[in-house]
Amino acid sequence: MSASYRWLGLPIEASSYAHSIDYGLLLIHAAMLLIFVLWGIFFAYLLVRYRQREGVPATRDDARHGWGSLIPDLIVMVFEIALIVFYAIPVWSRIKVDEPMGKVNTIDIVAQQFAWNVHYPGPDGKFGKADPKLVSFTNPIGLDLKDPAAKDDIVLANEIHLPVGVPTLFNLSSLDVIHDFSIAAFRVKQDIVPGMMIPVWVTPTKVGTYELYCAQLCGFGHSLMHGRVIVQSQKDYQAWLKSMAPVQTIAAQPANSANSF
Amino acid sequence: METSHHNQSWLRKYVFSTDHKTIGLQYMFTALTMLLIGFIFMMIMRWQIAFPDLPIPVLGRWLPARLAPNGVMTGAFYNSLGAMHGTIMVFFGIVPLAVGAFGNYIVPLQIGAPDMAFPRLNMLSYWLYFSAAVFILASFFLPGGAAQSGWTSYPPLADFNPGQTSWILAMILVITSSLLGAINFLTTIINMRAPGMTLWRMPIFVWSEFVSSVLLLLAFPPLEAGSVLQLMDRVMHTSFFLPKEVMLFGVLYKGSGGGQPLLWQHLFWFLAHPEVYILVLPPMGIVAEIIANNTRRPPHGYKIIISSMLFIGALSFVVWAHHMFLSGMSPVLANFFLVTTMIISVPSVAILTCLIYSLRGGSIRFNTPMLYALAFLPMFGIGGLTGLPLGLTPTDIYLHDTYYVIGHFHYIVVTGSIIAMFGGLYFWFPKFFGRKMNDTLGKIHFWGSLVCMNGIFFPMFITGMAGESRRLWVPTAQVHDLAVQPWNVVSSISAWALFLFQLPFIYNFFHSLFYGEKTVENPWHATTLDWACPSPPPHGNFAEPVRVYRGPYEYSLPGAKHDWLPQNLESEAAL
Amino acid sequence: MMSEAAAMDMPHVGSSTGVTNAKLGIWLFLASEVMLFSTLFTTYIILRLGSSSWPRGWNVLNVPMGTLNTLVLITSSVTVVMAYAKAVERKRGQFRLFMGLTIALGVAFLIIKGFEWGAHFKAGEFPSSSIFLAAYFTMTGLHALHVIGGLITNSILLVLSEKQWDHPLFVGRVEAAGLYWHFVDIVWIFLFPALYLL
Repeated sequence: MSASYRWLGLPIEASSYAHSIDYGLLLIHAAMLLIFVLWGIFFAYLLVRYRQREGVPATRDDARHGWGSLIPDLIVMVFEIALIVFYAIPVWSRIKVDEPMGKVNTIDIVAQQFAWNVHYPGPDGKFGKADPKLVSFTNPIGLDLKDPAAKDDIVLANEIHLPVGVPTLFNLSSLDVIHDFSIAAFRVKQDIVPGMMIPVWVTPTKVGTYELYCAQLCGFGHSLMHGRVIVQSQKDYQAWLKSMAPVQTIAAQPANSANSF
Repeated sequence: METSHHNQSWLRKYVFSTDHKTIGLQYMFTALTMLLIGFIFMMIMRWQIAFPDLPIPVLGRWLPARLAPNGVMTGAFYNSLGAMHGTIMVFFGIVPLAVGAFGNYIVPLQIGAPDMAFPRLNMLSYWLYFSAAVFILASFFLPGGAAQSGWTSYPPLADFNPGQTSWILAMILVITSSLLGAINFLTTIINMRAPGMTLWRMPIFVWSEFVSSVLLLLAFPPLEAGSVLQLMDRVMHTSFFLPKEVMLFGVLYKGSGGGQPLLWQHLFWFLAHPEVYILVLPPMGIVAEIIANNTRRPPHGYKIIISSMLFIGALSFVVWAHHMFLSGMSPVLANFFLVTTMIISVPSVAILTCLIYSLRGGSIRFNTPMLYALAFLPMFGIGGLTGLPLGLTPTDIYLHDTYYVIGHFHYIVVTGSIIAMFGGLYFWFPKFFGRKMNDTLGKIHFWGSLVCMNGIFFPMFITGMAGESRRLWVPTAQVHDLAVQPWNVVSSISAWALFLFQLPFIYNFFHSLFYGEKTVENPWHATTLDWACPSPPPHGNFAEPVRVYRGPYEYSLPGAKHDWLPQNLESEAAL
Repeated sequence: MMSEAAAMDMPHVGSSTGVTNAKLGIWLFLASEVMLFSTLFTTYIILRLGSSSWPRGWNVLNVPMGTLNTLVLITSSVTVVMAYAKAVERKRGQFRLFMGLTIALGVAFLIIKGFEWGAHFKAGEFPSSSIFLAAYFTMTGLHALHVIGGLITNSILLVLSEKQWDHPLFVGRVEAAGLYWHFVDIVWIFLFPALYLL
C-alpha cells in the first residue's frame, strides 16, 4: 500500500479517498498490460506461423461457427461487470453522492476568469450573502457587506487553508464561464457551472502545500489559473484563522489579469 | 442504361461532376489537404507546448503581433489553433475521407451499382463540404479570428468568445453536407444492390459505411439544433445556455437568463459520441477488406463482425454522457452511462478479436496495405484499452481533462483510423488511377509514421497520469507538470519527425499518379466487386450488368486452381 | 435542365424493398428532421422544467392567430394530397390548381406569422427578452424556414408540370414533396399546443 502509486507516476496521495482511486488505476492498468501482452504474443505468433510460404495454402474455417472467438469477450465482460459492481459504483457513490459525517469544515469557492476566490464563513459559521451586482475590483465575490453574517467572513484569492483530518465541504460556483476545481494530490476534480452551486467534499490526510488548478478550458488565461492549497495541523489552522482579519479582500490579481487588457 | 456523356465540358466532367468516383476523388484531395492543415496547426502548437517561452522559429517572425508578439503565441491564438485542429481533423478531415472519399468511390462498386442513388445530391454534398472547409479556414482572417473555445464549444465561454459564429456557420454547412450524404448512402445500399447481392453477401466495408450513415443521419441533427441555439445566443442575445447572472470579465451580462450551460453539453455529446464511431467504423471496414485479401481467406466471424457493428451503432446513442461524468450533472445519472459505456466495449472487443483470429490459417502477404492493416490491430487495442479507466467513474475523476484522454483518443483516430486509411489509399490507388504506388517508399512511410505516432501519443499517458491538464497554453505553469515536461518535448519532436515521414508519401502519391507502374483490373487478386471492373472504372462502372453468385470472401476454396473466386463469376472457368 | 443530361437515370426501384429511391430518400430525410425538431422540443421541456417561472402560452402569444394558422396548414395538407391524386390521375389542370392552392396557403401561413412576429417586436418582445420568447421565436422560426423550403419545392414542381409532366419520376417527386409538406404540418401541430396552449 506504501508507494505503489509511484509505479504509475501519480502524485502523492493526500486525501482520504485518493487511495481508492489509485487502487482502481493500478488494477485496471495491470489488467490492461496483461491483456495487451498476451494478445501481442498471440498476434506476433500468428504473423510468423501463417506467413505466406511456397506450397502452403490458406485454410478456411467453414466448419467452425466462430463462437469460440467470443470467449475473450466473455472474460472481458465478466471483468468489467465486476469492476462496475464492486468498484466503480460504490467508490463513485462514496466520493460524489455521500455527504461527510461529523464536524465538517465548509468553504465557498467562487471561480472566475482567471482566479480562485476562497470564501470562509468566519467564527459565526454563516456565509454572508453575495450578489453578482456588487462584484468589483476590491470585492471580487460581491459580498453584501450590509449583511450581518458577512461581517466576519474571510475572502482570499488563490489560496486555501485546510485543517488536516477534517472533512471539508467545498461549495463551488462560478461568476462567468465553466471552470473545474482540481487538486491532483487529493484526486479531486469537479466542473464548476455558472448558475449552479456544486458540492465537493474531501478530507485532507497529509500536512503540506498542494496545487489547485483549473481543469476546464475557460479562456486565454486558463493555464495560468492556479492556486495553493495549504494543509495545516488543527492548531496551526486555528491560529491562521484567528490571524486573518475579517472581510479582508486581498485583491491579488494574477499577473496576466484580463482587467488590465 | 447510360445517357450520353460525350462532349461534356471539362468543368462538367471534373469539377461539377455527378459521378461518384470523381466526387470520391474530390473528397479525397480536399480531406487529405485539410488533414495536412490540421496537422500543421498542431505542429505549431507543439512548439509552444515543448518550449513555452521561446519564439517560434521562422513562423514567429511572420505571424502578426496580435497573434504572437515577439514570436511567442498568445493564449488566445493557442486556443484558436487547438479548437481548429480538433474541428478540422474530425469534421473536415477524417469523416470526409472515410465516408466522402472511400465510401463514395468504393460502396457503389462493391454492391455492383452504376452510381449512387442521387448523383446530383452527391455533388451538392461535396460542394457544401468544400464551401464549409473554405469558410472555416477563412475564419482566421475574419475579425476576431478563428474559434477558440475547443472543438467542444462549451458555453458560456463559447457564447461570448470571438470566432465562434463562423465556427457555427461552417458546422451548419458541413452537417447539411453529411446529412444529404447519409441519405444517399443509405438509399444506395438498401435499394441498388446488384441481383444476388443479399445483405449478408455485402463486404464488411459496405456494412461499416451503412452503420456510419445511420449514425450520421440521426446523430447530427441534435448538434445542428444546438448550434442554431448557440447562434441565437450570440447573434440575437438569447440565453439558451446562460443563467441569469453571468459575468464577462467582471461585467454583468444583461441577458434574460433562464438557460442552462449543461444543455449544450448534452446536445453536443449526443452527436459527438456516435461521431467517434463514424471515425472508426469505416477504417475498421477497410482493415477487414485488406486483411481478407492478404490472408487469402474469409475473415473470421463475418456475422459476428457485422452484428457487433450494428450493436455498436445502436448503443452509441446511449453512452454520450460518459464525457460528462464531472460536468455537474447528477452523479446518480452517471451510473447509467457507466454501465452502457462498459457494455459498448464488448462488441468492439469482438470485432478486434475476429480480425486477429482472421490471421489464423491464412497465407499472409506483407505488402504495404497489409502492413497498415496489421498495425491497426494493436494500436486500436491500446486506444481501446486506455478507454477503460476513462469510462470507469472513479478513475475518470483523476484522468478527466488530462493528457491521458488525449492519448486515448489519438491512439484510436491516428494510429487507428488514419493508419487504416493510409492502408486503404495504398490498396485502392491502383483502382482509382490504374497505376501502382511505389512499395519501397510505402514501407518507409509506414515504419516512420508508426514509430513517430507512438512517439507523440504514448508519452501522453505518462504526462496525463502525472496530472498534466489538457489545453494548456503554458504547460509548465502547473507545478506538477514540471517533472514530466521532457515528455512533452519528446511528443513535439516526434510530431515534427512525423511530418518529415509524410514527404515520401506525398511524393510517392503524386509521382505514381503520372509515372506509377501501370496495373491491371485486379492486381491484388481480390474477390469483391470493386475489383471486377477496369482500373479506373468508366462512367457506369460495369460493362455488363452484374450478377452475384456467392459471398464476398471466397478465397482458397478447396480444390480450386486459383486461391480467389470473385463474387460475380459463375464459376472459376471464367477467371 | 442541364444536369439531367449528365446525371444518369438510376435504376430507381429497389429489388428487395420494392420502394423507389425517391420514397426511401424522403423517408430517411424525414427521420433526420424528426431528430432535429425532437431536439428542440426536448430543449423546450428541459428549459421549462428547470425554470422558476414560465409564462402560460396564452398570456404571451396570440392564440386566435395561432389557431388560424393551424387551420391554414391543415387545409394545405389536404390540398397537397389532392394535388398528388390529380398527378396520379394524370389531370394536369387540377394538379396545378391544388398545388397552387397549397402554395398560396403556405404563403398565407407565413404572412400571418409575419403579423404575429411584427406585433411582438412592436411591443418590445424579442428573443432576448425572456427564455420563453427565445424558445418561441427559435422554434417557430426554424419551422418557418422549413415552410419556405417546402414552398420552394412545391413551386418548382408546379413549374416543372409544364415540361416534365410525362417524366416517369414526376409523380414520385410530387409524392415525396407531399410527404415533406405533411411533416411540416405535423411539426406545427405539435408546436401550437406546446407554445400557445400550455
